[in-house]
Amino acid sequence: MPRFLSWSAAERLLPALTLAALLAGIFHQQPRAMSYFGLDLLLNLSIPIIFATLAQMMIIAINDLDLSIGAFVSLVACIGSTLLTTEPVLGVLALLAGIAAYGLVGALVEWRRLPSIVVTLGLSFVWLGLAVIVLPTPGGRAPAVLSTLVRVKPPFAPLPVYVAAVVALLGWLAVSRSSMGVVLRGAGGNPRSVARAGWSMLAIRVSVYATAGVLGTLAGLSLLGLTTSGDANIASRYTLVSIASVILGGASFTGGRVFPVGAVLGAMTLTLAASFLTFMRISPDWQIGAQGFILIAVLALRALLTRWKETS
Amino acid sequence: MLAALRGRIAAAPWIWSFLGTAATWLVTVSISGGRGGEEIISAALTFSAFTVLVSLGQMMVITTGPGNVDLSIPSVIALSSAVAMLVMDERAGMIVPGLAAAVAAGLAVGGANYGLIRLLRIPPIIATLSSSLVVMSVAIVLGRGLKIKPPQVFADAVTTKVAGVPLLAIVALAAAVAIAFVLERTLYGRTVSAIGQSRRIARLAGLDVERASLLTYMLSGGLAGLTGALIAGFSGGNSLDQGAEYLLLTIAVVVIGGTSVSGGRASVPGIWGAALFMFLIVTMLNASGVSPGLRMLITGLIIIGVIAVGGSERAPR
Repeated sequence: MPRFLSWSAAERLLPALTLAALLAGIFHQQPRAMSYFGLDLLLNLSIPIIFATLAQMMIIAINDLDLSIGAFVSLVACIGSTLLTTEPVLGVLALLAGIAAYGLVGALVEWRRLPSIVVTLGLSFVWLGLAVIVLPTPGGRAPAVLSTLVRVKPPFAPLPVYVAAVVALLGWLAVSRSSMGVVLRGAGGNPRSVARAGWSMLAIRVSVYATAGVLGTLAGLSLLGLTTSGDANIASRYTLVSIASVILGGASFTGGRVFPVGAVLGAMTLTLAASFLTFMRISPDWQIGAQGFILIAVLALRALLTRWKETS
Repeated sequence: MLAALRGRIAAAPWIWSFLGTAATWLVTVSISGGRGGEEIISAALTFSAFTVLVSLGQMMVITTGPGNVDLSIPSVIALSSAVAMLVMDERAGMIVPGLAAAVAAGLAVGGANYGLIRLLRIPPIIATLSSSLVVMSVAIVLGRGLKIKPPQVFADAVTTKVAGVPLLAIVALAAAVAIAFVLERTLYGRTVSAIGQSRRIARLAGLDVERASLLTYMLSGGLAGLTGALIAGFSGGNSLDQGAEYLLLTIAVVVIGGTSVSGGRASVPGIWGAALFMFLIVTMLNASGVSPGLRMLITGLIIIGVIAVGGSERAPR
C-alpha cells in the first residue's frame, strides 16, 4: 500500500467506490442510463431514503437504534396526503406534533434508561396505528407544492444529485466539523465523560431524537411528492434499508463513529441495487437479496482492510 | 411481610406478565358478557404456542449479551414454511422429512449468522439483518406461486386437542421446559448466562464462549424453522409474510417476560406469560370493537408502557 493512501482513508473511500462500481455496472449494461433523465429515473427514490438514513444515523451516533423510522415516514406520508392537503394548518401542526413526540421518546429512553430497540419497536406500532387511522385505505392526494418541488429539473444534473450533495455537505459540516457534532459523537463514544463535562445527556438525547423526527418528516414529504398518494405501509422497508445504508457508509455501530457523507452514498447504493438487477436481467425476486449481498460484501471488504491494517 | 413479597416478585419478574394476562382475560370476558371465556383460552394457547417456540430462541440469543438479537427470524419462518411444503408435497409419508428439512434450513441460517458475526466481526444486529435479506430472497424464489397444501394428517395434528388442550401448546410447553432445563442444568446453558453477564470473564473462566454462541444462533434458527413448518401446517400452506409479525413480537415477548435486555438473565416462564398477554390484548381490543388502527396504536403504547414501568436498564451496546 503506497504511503499517500492511509488505511483509514481507504476505509473512508469504500462507500464511494461501492457506488461507483455499481454505477459502472449499470452504465456498462445500459449506456442510455448515462444521461440526465436516466440518472433522474435511477436515483429519484433515493431522496426520501437519504433523509431516512440520516435520521437513523443521528440515532446510531448516540449508540441507539431506531426500529420505527419506516413506520414514521409512512405516517408522515399519510398525514401529508390527507390533512396537509385539506387543512394545511392542521396538517402542519400534526407534523410538528410528530417531531415533538420523537423528542419525548428520546427523553423517555434517557430518563428511564430503556433499551432503544424495544421502545422504538413499540413506537413503530404507534406510528403505524396512527397512519392507519389517518388513512385507512391507500389513497389521498399530495399537496401540489410537494409534487412540483420533487419534479424540479435543475441544470447540469438531476435533482437527486443536488439533494445528495447538499445534504451530505450539511451533514458533514454539522456532524464531523462542528462543536455540536463533537458533543454528539462524544455522547455515543463515552456518554459518562460528556456528562461530566457538563452536558446534559437528556438534552442531547431529546435533540437527537427530535432531529431524527425532522429528517424523517422530510423523508415522508419527499416520498409523498414522488408517489403523489399515501399508504400506511408505504415506507415500512425503510427501517432496515436505513440501518443498512448507515452501516454501508462506514459507521461502526458503537462508539459514535458515523459518517454523514458515507451514509448518503450508502443510501444511493442501496437504491441503485434494485435497478442494477433489472439491467442485469436478474429476476426481481432477488432484489432484497442483492441488498443483503452488497452489505455482506462491503462488510467483508472492510473486515479484510482492518485485518491488513493490523498485520502491516 | 410486604418486603418479603417485594423481594419474591423482584426475583420472579415474569409474575407481571401472568398478572397482565389474567387481567386482560377478565376484561375480555366481561366485555363479551361472560361468554366465550374457554374458547378465548383455547385460541390463546394455540397462537401463543407459535410465539413461544420462536421467542425461546430469541430469548437465548438476547441472553448472550448486549447487542445480540436475531433479526432473521421472519425470513427463516418464510423460508422454512416453503421448504416444509415443498418436501412434504401433500404426501403423509413425508411429514417427518419435511419437518426435518425445515429445522435444518433454520439451523443452517443460524450457523451462517454466527459465521458472519465471527468472520466479519460485525454486530449481530447487522449480521442477522444482512442474512435475513438474502434468506428472504431465497424464500421468495422458492415460495412464489407455491400452492401446496399440508398433508391432511399434518394439518389435523397441528389443530388437534389432547384432553381439551391444543397439541401445539403441549409441544411449546415441552420446549419451554426443555429450554429451562438446558439453561439451569447444562454447561451450555450456564455458559450462555455467563457470556451475557460478561463475555470476557466467561472466556477467562475457560468456558467455550464461541461454541456456545454458535449453538445459540443455531438454536434460534432451528426453532424458527420448526415454527415455520408448523405455521404452514396450521394455516393450510406457506406464504411469504407468515413470519412478518414475529420480529417485533419475539423481542416484545422476551422483554415483557422479564428477560434482561442487557443479557445474562433469562426468564422462561415469562415467555409464556408475555405471549399469552400479547395475544389477549389483541383479543380484548377486537372484542371491544376498536378499529385496526386504534388497536395497533394501543398495542404499541402498552409495549412502551410495560417497558417504561418494568425494565429500566439499558444495554450498553
